[in-house]
Parts: sequence; structure tokens; C-alpha cells
Amino acid sequence: MLRQSWQIFLKDVRMELRGKEALNASLAFALVVLILFSFAIDPTSEQIREISGGLLWILFAFSGVLLVNRSFLREQSNDCLDVLLVNRVPASALMLGKTFANLLFILMIEAVCLPVFSVLYNINLFQLPLWLLGICLLASWAIAILGTVFAAMTVNLRLRELMLPVILYPMIIPALAAAMYLTNIVSVGKVPEGDDLIWVRLLIGFDVIFTTLALGLIDTILVD
Amino acid sequence: MSVLSAGKVSKFFGNFPALRNLNFTLEAGDCVALLGRNGAGKTTLIHLMSGLSRPTEGTLEITRRVSLLGHGIGVYDELSARENLLFFAGLATVPVDVEAWLEKVNLKDVADAPLREYSRGMRQRLALARAFMGEPELLLLDEPFTSLDDKATALLQTLLAQALARKATIVLSTHQIPEAMALATRILFLERGKLAYAGPRPEEMLTDSTWLYRTYGAIS
Repeated sequence: MLRQSWQIFLKDVRMELRGKEALNASLAFALVVLILFSFAIDPTSEQIREISGGLLWILFAFSGVLLVNRSFLREQSNDCLDVLLVNRVPASALMLGKTFANLLFILMIEAVCLPVFSVLYNINLFQLPLWLLGICLLASWAIAILGTVFAAMTVNLRLRELMLPVILYPMIIPALAAAMYLTNIVSVGKVPEGDDLIWVRLLIGFDVIFTTLALGLIDTILVD
Repeated sequence: MSVLSAGKVSKFFGNFPALRNLNFTLEAGDCVALLGRNGAGKTTLIHLMSGLSRPTEGTLEITRRVSLLGHGIGVYDELSARENLLFFAGLATVPVDVEAWLEKVNLKDVADAPLREYSRGMRQRLALARAFMGEPELLLLDEPFTSLDDKATALLQTLLAQALARKATIVLSTHQIPEAMALATRILFLERGKLAYAGPRPEEMLTDSTWLYRTYGAIS
């Protein structure tokens, strides 16, 4: 299964990097929103530090949807998804490969947006780089795994671009709330401790629960 | 040896019975022509046999490696022919010589060009390579002769003959009776979701491609 997931991951990354359709659209969207907000809010105010986590993770959730939406659309043309399933590629392997590809794309967007945010809003987000990396990995995985499952569910709908965010965002609120809170803390150079660690546990628990559910349900979602 | 066995298989879409109470088995080395008019349930049955869809009632057991060539060609436009075949070879459970397949379908010289630049015939030859490589034991082909040129038709017939020689089981859903009868050893004839005929290819079908439709085609 891991070999097949790896093949799916490599194929999705190769296809996206060749066209860069979703990556370019997602990055452009994220940068435009960052720039627009920098005009709307005084970048030197203390207020911006308090909402930085919220602003960033709403931005990553929105731009992430643009990326995960493409996951199963790639398989739609020429009925490639049917061929993969008939070739006995386990649905869970397909799911994992696509989720890791989406995770990589979301992290690429974050890698560009975080420094831009730091410059535009005059906030050093990188005071605790390992903590920031950990938060990004855990929260991005949450967006990627849930986004990929819901992309599989909505791929045959005519209004999939609308339906995916409508069903994804309410489900992902706990993970986003945790990521927002933790990002706010690490952006002031404070290591999360005591009660703050509840949010870390929530983020990890969210990822474990929804990854398990996704791998268990994907076969039912994709077949028939 | 049974490759696929269907017992009392029915498939409903809502209340509409697409397939009703099908019973049949496929043996290794069978070449089965799946015939029927439009809407008879051929594609639905192919989907059931491929595992893409599950029967509403009954059981369907598939014991072998399956490959499907459906209405879509099942390859990625964003990748080259070589990348497509390497990808599917990477998923296969048996080793596949991708270069030999590129040679066999006459795409070696253009193997690194993006698929978007290919003609329709070239894309179909690549689809044939994708479907036949990895020596599948059960080949499900839905309208495989449709819009093939003479060279691609000859290639498909060669690949089918080679697959039969190694005792693969082939199911051909088609309206092109003469091409199918040249290879078929058995026939499954569907009429409005029911199996109107399941058995050896009648000799009459070699000379009269409508014989089965006239003889078995009016069940209620």
C-alpha cells in the first residue's frame, strides 16, 4: 500500500508542478488577501498581533480548498479513477497519496505566505521556528486529510467548488481554532505550556481521529 | 477454473432495475462477447465485474487481476506516454517492461511528448498498452473497437489473441459484431437487464450478426 501511495503522490506532484494551475491560483489568492488586509489594518498596532493567527489560518484554509479541490478532478478526465480502482489500488492508498500531495502544496503556500506576512505586518513569526513548523504540519494535515475526503465526496457534483468549502469549513473549526490560538502564542515568542497544551492535544487528536475515519470510509465513498 | 461467478445478481438505480437476476460463470481462457441493445445493461454489468459498483442483490466473485478499458481511455493528459506507463507499471503487482510496450504500440519515438500533443489514434494505442500491460487475467473492454483506425484495430486484435493464448479471460462489450465474433468463444446477451442468452457462440452469428437479436431479443 505504501508503494502505491508513493506512486500516487509522485504522480499528483508531477502533474501539479507541470501545470501549476491550482498552486498559482492559490498563491495569488493568498498574497492578494494578505496585501489587502495590510491596507485595511494598521500594521503597527498591537491588535494585529492578536488576530495574526486567525488571519493566517483562515487564509490557509481558504487557499487550501483551491488546492484540494483539484485532487480528484485530476482523476476525472479520461476515467482515470475507475482504472486505478479496477487495478486494485486500495482506496486508502489513493487517499494517502493524494493527502500527502495536498499537504505538500499547502506547506508550499505557507512557506511563501508566512515571511510575507511577517514583513507586511511587522511581526516576527519565526521566534520559535520548530513550534511554528509543528503547528503548520498538524493544522495543514487536518486541512489536507479532510479536504481530500470531501473532494472525493463532491467530485461528481456540479456545484463541487461551492459544496466543498460548505461542508469542509464547519468540520475543520476545531483544528483551525487550535492552530490560530497556538500561532498567536508562538508569534510572541512564548512556548505553549500548561493549559496551552490542550490545544496541541486537540490538534493531534483531530488529525488522528479524522485520518482513521478517512482511511476507513474512503472505500465506501469511492466505490459505487 | 472459474475466474468470475455471478449468482442471482441484480442492480437497481433507485427503483429502476438495470440488471435482474443474472447467473453465469466465466472460465480462464474464455473470450466473451457481451451483446445487447443500447440501455440493455452492458456497461452496468462491466462496472459490476470490474468492482467499481456493487450488486444490489446477489453475489459476484472475482478471483483474478482485472484490467478495464472503458469509455474513457484511462491515461493522464498532463503526463507523457512514458510517464503514464511508468506510473501504472509502478502500481502493478507484476513487473512490466514499459519500453517494450512503448515499442509494441509504436509510441517509442514520441514517448516523452505530452499527451495533449497526441492524435486520437496515438492516445488509443497508449490506452491499449495501459490496459494490456501487467498481464491481467480478466480483461474488461467496453466498446473497444469504437473509433479505432485500421492499424489500431489490428493492434487490438493482436493483443487480444496474445491475451487468449496465455489463458486470460476477456469480456468484450460491443455493437461491432463481426470483430467480436472473430474472437468470441461465448456470448452473454442482455435484453432489458435480463440475461436472454448465455452460452457458446452460435455458428449462425458468424454469418448473420443480427441472428441472436432476432432469436432471443424479445423477452419481456
